[in-house]
Amino acid sequence: MSLLNIRNLTVRFATSTGAFTAVDGIDVRVDKGEVLAVVGESGSGKSVAMLAVMGLLPDTATVTADEMTFDGQNMLAMSPRQRRRIIGREITMIFQEPIASLNPSFTVGYQIEEVLRFNAGLGRKAARARAIELFDAVGIPEPEQRLKSYPHQMSGGQSQRVMIAMAIATNPRLLIADEPTTALDVTIQKQILDLLMKLQEDSGMALILITHDMGVVAETADRVMVQYKGHKMEESDVLTLFENPQSPYTRALLSALPENATGDRLPTVSDFFKAADAQIAAEGGAA
Amino acid sequence: MTDTSVTAVKLSDAAIRRRMLKEFWFYFSRNKGAVLGLIVFILLVLTAIFAPLLAPHDPTQQYRDALLVPPVWQEGGRAGFILGTDAVGRDMLSRLIFGARYSLFIGIVVVSVALSGGIIIGLIAGFYGRWIDTVIMRVMDVILAFPSLLLALVLVAVLGPGLTNAMIAIAIVYQPHFARLTRAAVMAEKQREYVTAARVAGAGNIRLMLKTILPNCLAPLIVQATLSFSSAVLDAAALGFLGMGAQPPAPEWGTMLAEAREFIMRAPWVVTFPGLAILISVLAINLMGDGLRDALDPKLKRS
Amino acid sequence: MSVVVEGRALTRDYLVPGSLTRKAKLIQAVKGISFSVEAGKTLAIVGESGSGKSTLARIVALIDPASGGELLIDGKPVDILQHRPTREMRSKVQMVFQNPYGSLNPRQKIGDVLTEPLALNTNTPARERRERAEAMLVKVGLPAEVYNRYPHMFSGGQRQRIAIARALMLNPDLLVLDEPVSALDLSVQAQVLNLLADLQDEFNLAYVFISHDLSVVRYIADDVLVMHKGEAVEQGSREALFSDPQHPYTRSLFAATPVTDIEAIRARVEKRAAMRAAV
Ligand SMILES: Nc1ncnc2c1ncn2[C@@H]1O[C@H](COP(=O)(O)OP(=O)(O)OP(=O)(O)O)[C@@H](O)[C@H]1O
Ligand SMILES: Nc1ncnc2c1ncn2[C@@H]1O[C@H](COP(=O)(O)OP(=O)(O)OP(=O)(O)O)[C@@H](O)[C@H]1O
Ligand SMILES: [Mg+2]
Ligand SMILES: [Mg+2]
Repeated sequence: MSLLNIRNLTVRFATSTGAFTAVDGIDVRVDKGEVLAVVGESGSGKSVAMLAVMGLLPDTATVTADEMTFDGQNMLAMSPRQRRRIIGREITMIFQEPIASLNPSFTVGYQIEEVLRFNAGLGRKAARARAIELFDAVGIPEPEQRLKSYPHQMSGGQSQRVMIAMAIATNPRLLIADEPTTALDVTIQKQILDLLMKLQEDSGMALILITHDMGVVAETADRVMVQYKGHKMEESDVLTLFENPQSPYTRALLSALPENATGDRLPTVSDFFKAADAQIAAEGGAA
Repeated sequence: MTDTSVTAVKLSDAAIRRRMLKEFWFYFSRNKGAVLGLIVFILLVLTAIFAPLLAPHDPTQQYRDALLVPPVWQEGGRAGFILGTDAVGRDMLSRLIFGARYSLFIGIVVVSVALSGGIIIGLIAGFYGRWIDTVIMRVMDVILAFPSLLLALVLVAVLGPGLTNAMIAIAIVYQPHFARLTRAAVMAEKQREYVTAARVAGAGNIRLMLKTILPNCLAPLIVQATLSFSSAVLDAAALGFLGMGAQPPAPEWGTMLAEAREFIMRAPWVVTFPGLAILISVLAINLMGDGLRDALDPKLKRS
Repeated sequence: MSVVVEGRALTRDYLVPGSLTRKAKLIQAVKGISFSVEAGKTLAIVGESGSGKSTLARIVALIDPASGGELLIDGKPVDILQHRPTREMRSKVQMVFQNPYGSLNPRQKIGDVLTEPLALNTNTPARERRERAEAMLVKVGLPAEVYNRYPHMFSGGQRQRIAIARALMLNPDLLVLDEPVSALDLSVQAQVLNLLADLQDEFNLAYVFISHDLSVVRYIADDVLVMHKGEAVEQGSREALFSDPQHPYTRSLFAATPVTDIEAIRARVEKRAAMRAAV
């Protein structure tokens, strides 16, 4: 039974040059305890689609969907209050820029305790204890000391851990992580991914992982959704995607990986766009 | 992203310029107050340019038989003097129309002087940094520490009263605002990679400052310039009111207020109309400045 | 083969000024690195954030002076502290930066971006400057009509091509590339890497190529230098380094790099399935 189920999600922005469709009729489905990776190049609408689920887009955006249910509850028909009860508690998100999503003028301890008090309804003391527990869980050494640090006093990897701690503070059933490791070194990326996978396995929460790194997909995902220009190009389980990709776009994407290079040259971008645009045109024609 | 830029490549130069203008107008016109401000400002400029054609009378002509005539709609008003006359029988409307010239002239001169001075000083301070920066910025801080009108008054007292000196004084007082703004922008831009890239291409310091960095610092300066424009009009009016700015019989709005203050109870129109003129033009220019900031600041664009 | 650039025990210290509560600190960003690059070859420098890669790149590109050691270009020692680099030196070494969105002046037309190095370093007449710029645009795969466009009208990959074109305008012998593909999408990355390979063949360029992506390094490098905390912990030919990494740090980098190997994925998927079945 699927935890989050969205059919035909479309997001349009009003801009100076007219309406711009950032997400065009995408279906998203995540099951309990599953890791779904969303891949695609920059600007393909990965972040926008997930922000639409969270209801965090600016009011220049128009979001439409045929169906949007979380655990059987219809999110489209919900009042803003009911929605807030789910967003931030049952569904949480780690944003693309970790440093920018922490408030520089408050200690990280204050910020995480805030989340715990408002979203988990804990008292001051209980919140502190739980914050220490969470910092411990995400592998921040000396949690009591670290709670007193300001964001700028932490490294990129540490701020990312704080963000993760805040996101799992309410024991969410679905965590959306938007490029959680893009700005980090490979060694720290590995630690963070291992941490996310461990938390996911321990708690059984579902995880949507947005990334543009095929290596990250290979090492974490159960199922993969490939997105291009706001369209879904392919959705397969991870092994099928790498072994026997269904869409020409995915095939081109995989062959552009330097580690898969055969001979001197990599397939170029024009090969891609031809493949991808042809696929979009074919789907548009069929629909 | 890629697809839009590929089509952009096919656009002609004129089309690009048109598109940039269109984009600017899109963001500017979202702010209704700014559009209103722009309209009022354009009217003001037209009034100043065509003052001799618009004004029904010579602004300095004294009609001895028509002292302190009230506006037409009041009892005792005369059709020849729509907004009435002042204490020596000069037509208010004509004086206000010619006053627009003074205000615009003051605004333009003060802003250009303050802007060019501030840019040069700010560029040097921001670009060279270290002790040069420290010395320059401390001097600017000293100027900023005084209330602007007080400092302008002191300067005019030293230089002697008169419109030119008042404008110089106001420009000196305003210049540190531009210097600070330029310095901050230059310090931020200096770190950017394109500046290093220009250095690798062989650009010297002067070229880096004027051709590479300065054009990228202009947006906040333009906004500050419009806002200073209105303050300059206001300060010049204040100096005029205190008898330190434009001297009678010049139809400058502040000076007009000053000359008329003793009649405020008997003939309120002689004070009201110049006051309103100042209020409306200052408000209009400020609104326009707000709109400019919205349209030029990329951080505010993405709502 | 001719050695284009050689570094001997290069060091670079940064003095971080103190404040009331903090003492001034000396950061040794580069601690004695030696290397050499021959014409037509690529030296890749890998390492984590903060390991001093960019600092070294800026020394080699004659932007910042070294604090110690010696830099030789075409066998001649250069010290930009004592003499500002001559026009001739400038034209030999050029640089391409990491962020294609930050390295082009937003208010400068592409044509001016490309002709600026010629105007500043040579006495080429304006007509010829324009012709050469247009020819270079075509060479990096952009139509000559983009000459009058501004940078914001281009995608990341197109901008990086423009930046590469600018670096090539003076016919350099050496290109220093500081993470030139890190900000680009996979598809565009392939395009830029191909372009770099073609240009190297055509002009016999030497590259100092900085990256933190081992798969890219493996694809493009002849020699590799692994940096860690300002030191070269390992250096050698690509084959040697990738087949048999010696230093523990290099090994940890390899271990942390995600792989897209089918067998590894299959093993992981099976493990997860087994674990789920157990629950
Ligand atoms: N507030 C907005 N107004 C207008 N357009 C927007 C807005 N936010 C995003 N977009 C556009 O929507 C498209 C999708 O953006 P999105 O941020 O989802 O990309 P992404 O796939 O997350 O890319 P990245 O990998 O760079 O994060 C882009 O073309 C972007 O320019
Ligand atoms: N101008 C400077 N003043 C003081 N310290 C500096 C300066 N520039 C760099 N550093 C320090 O020198 C060290 C090396 O920095 P460098 O930028 O060379 O790293 P890098 O390997 O290029 O990292 P990245 O992959 O993040 O670009 C870092 O510890 C950095 O903080
Ligand atoms: Mg995104
Ligand atoms: Mg760097």
